[in-house]
Amino acid sequence: MPDTKTGPRDALLLLGCPQVPIQTSMALYLASKLRKQGITTVITGNRAARTNIEVADPDRHYIGEVIDIDRCIAQLAEKKRDFHYCFSFIHNDAGLSYAATVKAISPAAQILIIFGEHYQEVASSVDFPAEIIAVNAVHNPMPLKAKIDEVFPWVVSNL
Amino acid sequence: MGCLESMKHEILMRDTTFKECREYILSHFPEHFVVLPGYKIFEKHLIGVPPLYIAVDGDDVIIPYTKPCYGTFLIRVPDPEMAAELRQKKPK
Repeated sequence: MPDTKTGPRDALLLLGCPQVPIQTSMALYLASKLRKQGITTVITGNRAARTNIEVADPDRHYIGEVIDIDRCIAQLAEKKRDFHYCFSFIHNDAGLSYAATVKAISPAAQILIIFGEHYQEVASSVDFPAEIIAVNAVHNPMPLKAKIDEVFPWVVSNL
Repeated sequence: MGCLESMKHEILMRDTTFKECREYILSHFPEHFVVLPGYKIFEKHLIGVPPLYIAVDGDDVIIPYTKPCYGTFLIRVPDPEMAAELRQKKPK
């Protein structure tokens, strides 16, 4: 597999634990924006995160393929699959660990979406190259939505 | 290693961070190795922030284990064959 992926653009949306309410709505919102740009999305997460997404979009207007996070990591590590972009939803150390893992095993452009009450602490722990969107948002998705709206055109044009 | 619960193991640290795991391994286990995230061990790809440390201690293997909703654990898994394999491979 080449260092940089070619062909139609696609994006991995890497979900963390769904305990922070805005994750599901923001993942659906981002999937919708990417789809409108012609970018295919694949969503990965643990069972709870995936179930939240699939229940919220039962007719799959916004989401496409949804896969188990361990299976996704295995496919990336074994170079069986790759993506142009990886948007990682992060609100704790575990989420950051998953994002760092994808960074280490995939050439996908990394965009870290950091939110939750400890967003500053988590953002300060990032020590690998990535675009970082960090917002204090837990229950109200609007601050994060505004930030994504602000940087999204640049991300899809420049990364 | 499909699931932490299905393995015979001892939890050395729970609700911890990748940095604390790294520091614990460096200070407690002289026989340690640096692996890349995604390194396959016990049929599982390791999750973590590089440099990712694992260790052997006698017949036991010490690895970090991360679950999205439960955070990071440092676990000790008795497995003489894997310990010997790591000593032989000396992964980097």
